[in-house]
Amino acid sequence: MDDIQILDTVERYIRGEMNPDERLHFENLRKSSPEVDQMVVEHTLFLQQMNRFAEWKKFRSVLHNTHTNLSEQGKINSAKLKGKAKVVYLWNRYKRVAAIAAVIAGVTALIFTSLVNFLNPGTDSAKVQELSRDIPNIKHQQNMQVNEVNNLKNEVNNIKNKINLQSIPFKAGGTGFLIDGKGYLITNAHIVHTSRNIAVTNNKGDQYRAVLVKEFPDKDIAILKIDDDKFKPLSSIPYGISKTESDVAEPIYTLGYPRNDIVYSEGYLSARTGFNGDTLSCQLGIAANPGNSGGPVFNHEGEVIGILSTKETEAEGVAFAIQSKYIFNAISELKKSSKDTSYQNLRVPTKSSVRGMDTKEQVKKIQDYVFFVKGD
Amino acid sequence: MKSENNEKALLQGLARSDKKAVEAIYKENYNMIQSLILNNNGSADDAKDIFQEAMIVLYERARSGSFELNCQIRTYIYSVCRRLWLKRLQQLNRYSSEVSDVIETVPVDDEIEDHERRNTEFEMMDKAIDSLGQPCRSLLEAYYLQKKSMQEIAVSFGYTNADNAKTQKYKCLMRLKKIFFSQYKNGSL
Repeated sequence: MDDIQILDTVERYIRGEMNPDERLHFENLRKSSPEVDQMVVEHTLFLQQMNRFAEWKKFRSVLHNTHTNLSEQGKINSAKLKGKAKVVYLWNRYKRVAAIAAVIAGVTALIFTSLVNFLNPGTDSAKVQELSRDIPNIKHQQNMQVNEVNNLKNEVNNIKNKINLQSIPFKAGGTGFLIDGKGYLITNAHIVHTSRNIAVTNNKGDQYRAVLVKEFPDKDIAILKIDDDKFKPLSSIPYGISKTESDVAEPIYTLGYPRNDIVYSEGYLSARTGFNGDTLSCQLGIAANPGNSGGPVFNHEGEVIGILSTKETEAEGVAFAIQSKYIFNAISELKKSSKDTSYQNLRVPTKSSVRGMDTKEQVKKIQDYVFFVKGD
Repeated sequence: MKSENNEKALLQGLARSDKKAVEAIYKENYNMIQSLILNNNGSADDAKDIFQEAMIVLYERARSGSFELNCQIRTYIYSVCRRLWLKRLQQLNRYSSEVSDVIETVPVDDEIEDHERRNTEFEMMDKAIDSLGQPCRSLLEAYYLQKKSMQEIAVSFGYTNADNAKTQKYKCLMRLKKIFFSQYKNGSL
């Protein structure tokens, strides 16, 4: 009961409902008793909050009533949308959905069109023939342009890095394969020999910018490095590079990009030497096409035994590969000649982790590490 | 000069939550805000919500006494609504391109921050009162919000006398204060 009375008194005090005598008396009480004082302070805060809350609620209901009144009187646009406003509203609300739907529809249409084209046998063979004619044309053009290109080379070198890959008309194409997950590739020197810009594409179609680290024209080996923020270093390379020479008649296969898709072909090691007894290379009996250049030659244990580089023009199915031991030579030369310390960490895999798998499984693992190399 | 005085009068009216002033400001500005919201991915209900929030911001500022509006009411409301709506869009993760402006805006971030803080406080209070249940809730609302006297309350709630009502009110108040101060400490302080 006491507490109730005290609270009542405090409330009357805060609201100023006391007469002067009572007030004086209470203020004395407040001074003498810290508990009462504390109660006054606390309750004042509480009442203030309550008052503001009451006003807030009242104002909200005023607003609500005003809204209802005004929209009933038609002085503001009512909540119900009609005619054009509704269309505009729906359009604004769903334009994103509509855009996505349109994109999906467009993509589907494109896929179907390309599928129909692709599956149509008549046009297909025509395209293959066109391609085989295109290559000499390009080569011819390229030869004519070499002089001009060389003149312009120095000027253009400065702006090299700013050039968008998409806008570069790549003319030379070949294959390359990773020797280090950090993005070091081996390919033929003749592919990138005259190139100002190099791009590599994996079998998923992701294109990265690459730079020439060093080329060894005498061995026809070039070391590239992928220099692109998009490229994520790969953990381990499934194949090893063989240090030893292989035996004649050993079955071999290669992966390469004679066209935009990765292509598998197989054959055998015909001879331990290359064209005219060249000891740098070895002879393969395999169907190879322009574009297979720079591709890795695997034995059936998934070891790289060579780099496919040339083919005999006068005989079909005869190709030559640079022996894999020269990859090691090239890399040790690079480490010796270059001051760049990052090359010292270059590790070439010697053990194949796909050993013992059948060829189909090996290719599945390996194909992500074989790149389409393009140069202009 | 005349319109300036007019706006001042409106704000003074708003501070007293005078119905005519509220109606005048409402009538003058609501359609502009509704089209802003509708053109930027919102519904008419959103527009009403946002506009009324902005009105409360304006109301709080008008009440604070020291307030001098250094731009038109219209500009001020538009700025607040625009800011609030962008915030709302962000919270909903709804697609929002930058809201296209029809009129110029003034910076209102501080006010909106104050407003949001107050809003959470009031919502806390609302919840606390709600959680008391009946008849506590009505009793306290009648006494503290509607400012009825204990005699009136005793009659309308069917207590035999004002003292009984006081006892009941005291018990309810203690419960409310307990909830309120625990939340107050946890929440905003």
